[in-house]
Amino acid sequence: MSDLTRLKAHEMAALLRAGDVSSVALTEVHLAAAERQNRALNAWLVIYRENALAAAAAADKRIAEARRGGPAALAALHPLCGVPVALKDLVTVKGGQATAGSKILEGYIAPFDSTVAARMKAAGAVILGKTNMDEFAMGSSTEHSAYGPTANPWDLTRVPGGSSGGSATVVAAYHSPLSIGTDTGGSIRQPASLCGVVGMKPTYGRVSRYGIVAFASSLDQIGPFARDARDAGLLLHAVSGRDERDATSAPEPVPAELLRLPSNDDEAASYLKGKRLALPKEYFVEGMEPGVAERVREAVAAMEAAGAIVEEVSLPHTDYGLATYYIIAPAECSSNLARFDGVKYGLSDRSSGEFIADYIRTRGAGFGPEVKRRIMLGTYALSAGYYDAYYLKAQKVRTLIKADFDAVWAAGFDAICAPTSPTVAFEFGAKMADPVAMYLSDACTLPVNMAGLPGVSIPAGLSEGLPVGLQIIGAPWSELSMLRLARAYEGITARAPWRALEPAELYLTDDPTTPSPIERKERLNADAPVAGSGGQS
Amino acid sequence: MANLTRADVEHVAHLARLGLAEEELARLEGQLNHILDQYTVLQKLDTDHIPPTAQTIELANILREDVVTPSLTADEALANAPERSETGHFVVPAILGGGEGGA
Repeated sequence: MSDLTRLKAHEMAALLRAGDVSSVALTEVHLAAAERQNRALNAWLVIYRENALAAAAAADKRIAEARRGGPAALAALHPLCGVPVALKDLVTVKGGQATAGSKILEGYIAPFDSTVAARMKAAGAVILGKTNMDEFAMGSSTEHSAYGPTANPWDLTRVPGGSSGGSATVVAAYHSPLSIGTDTGGSIRQPASLCGVVGMKPTYGRVSRYGIVAFASSLDQIGPFARDARDAGLLLHAVSGRDERDATSAPEPVPAELLRLPSNDDEAASYLKGKRLALPKEYFVEGMEPGVAERVREAVAAMEAAGAIVEEVSLPHTDYGLATYYIIAPAECSSNLARFDGVKYGLSDRSSGEFIADYIRTRGAGFGPEVKRRIMLGTYALSAGYYDAYYLKAQKVRTLIKADFDAVWAAGFDAICAPTSPTVAFEFGAKMADPVAMYLSDACTLPVNMAGLPGVSIPAGLSEGLPVGLQIIGAPWSELSMLRLARAYEGITARAPWRALEPAELYLTDDPTTPSPIERKERLNADAPVAGSGGQS
Repeated sequence: MANLTRADVEHVAHLARLGLAEEELARLEGQLNHILDQYTVLQKLDTDHIPPTAQTIELANILREDVVTPSLTADEALANAPERSETGHFVVPAILGGGEGGA
C-alpha cells in the first residue's frame, strides 16, 4: 500500500470496511506524520497518541463485528468509523485541554464532551489531537495564538490563515483527512482558501455549539475541513442536527445524501446543468490580487461551460460589512469573555486579595493583544451613550446586508460564487502592525456570517504558486446543494494539472534544520523596528 | 475622525475589568481611534426605519419538559477551580468590606 495519509476519508472508509486496512494502522501513520512534522508547522497544540490508538482499536472491533453481522450491520456504521479527525482547540473533549489558543485557559481540563466531540465518538471517528488557532478565534492568520504561529505548508514563511489555521494546515499537510473548525467571520473558509483545502461554514444553527468556547454567539458556527467535497459531506453529516443542549441549534433534518455525493466525475459535473450562479460585482474589490480574481473568474467560466447559467448581481451593502461586523463581533465577544474571571477555571491572579483588583489582573495577564483590542472595542460600542450609534446601528445594517442576499435567492439563483479571500497566503508579520489590514482579510467571508448562510471554500488553482479559494454561498439549509456544486467543480477540473500538486514546502518539514514558525517569529521581532503608538503601518 | 482620549480608554478598560499596562493603553488609544474611523462609513446609511437583526434563523422559543437530567457533579464542576473550599464551593476574596472568607 502506498502512503495511507494521501487517501481521502471516503477511500479510508472503503478500505476499512473491506478489511484491507485497520484503523490502528491508519491512525499510526497519521500520528507519525503529525509528530514528525509538527515542529516545523506548529499546527497541533496537543496530539493524543494513546487515546487515538485506543479509539482506533475500538473502531476496528466495531468494524469487525459489523462485517460478521453482514451488509446491513456494515451499512449501519457511520463512514467515519475508524477514520482520523482533528479538532480545533476550542472544542471540548472530556479529560483533555481546550485552550482556545489563550494563556487564560492554559491548564483547563474539560469535564465534559462537546456535542461535536460526542457525535464524532459515537460515529467511531478517531480524534488525533487539538489544533492551533488565533486566541479565542480572533484573527485571520493564527499569529494571534498564545502558543506561537502556524506555518503554511505551501510556503513556510507564510501564514495558513485563521483563525482555524491549525485545522486547515493538518488537513493540507496530510496529518489528518478531516478536521473541525469554527467560523465567525471566515475562520474556516479563509484558512481553507490559503491552505488549498475544502472548508465549510454551515448555516447558523446547523451544528450544535455546545462545548465550544464562545466568541460571538450570533455568528459562530462549527464546520468541517477536508480534502474534497465528499469528505466534507461525511464530516458535516456526522456532527449536524438539533441538540437539546444548544437552544440555537435548529430542528432541521440532516440529509442522508451528504453521505452519497457522486464518485463519478461526469455524473458530479452534470449537476451544474441549468443551475443559476450569481457573481456579485462588489466582491471583486479594490485591493484584491489580480491572480485571485482571475482564478475565480476562470472557475466560474468553467462551470458556465459545463452548463451553469452565470449572471452578475449586486449585493449593494457589501462595503458596509466590515464596519458592521467589527461592531457586532467585538460587542458579543466583550460580553462572552466576561466569564473569564479567575474564579471557576483558568488563570487566576489572587495577589491583591481584593476581588475586583484580582479580576482585572487576571484578565490583563491572561488575554493577548487582539483579544484585549476586541474586548475594548465591544465594551465601548455597548457603553452608555454609544449603544445606539454603534451596536444598534450595526444591527440595522445587518438587516440590510441579509436583505441583499435574500433578494438573490428571491430572484431564483441557486448559489453565489465569489473569492474567499482577497489575497493568497501572506507572509508572517505582514498584517500584524495594522489591525484593520488584518480585518480586511475577511471582507469576502464575514457578510455570510451576518446573514447566517452556508458557505464553502474550495480549491480553484494557484496564483504565484499559492492556493486560491472559490467561495460558494447558498440559501439557508442548502449545504447539500453547495457541496454538490463543489463536487461538480471538482468533476470538471479533475484532470487539471494543479490538482496533482502537493503543498510545495511540505517536504521541508521533515528537515530538522528548517526553522519552526516560533523561531521565525522571534527573528521577525528582532528585526522589526520598535512599534510606535499608532495602529497604522 | 474618532477622538477617543486616553481617559476614555482607561474608562473603557475599567468597564471591561481589563488590566492594561502603560504601553498597552498608549497603543490602544491610537488603534481604537483608527478602527472607530472605519465605522463612520455606516453614517452614510439611513436606517431610521430598518429593524435591527440580532439573529438570522428566526427560531422561536423551544420548550422542553421540566425534568431533571444528568449534569456535572459538584466535584467535576469544581475540578478546575483555582481555589475551592472543603464544603464544595468556589473560593473568592471577600466582596463586601470587612468580612472573612469566601462569598
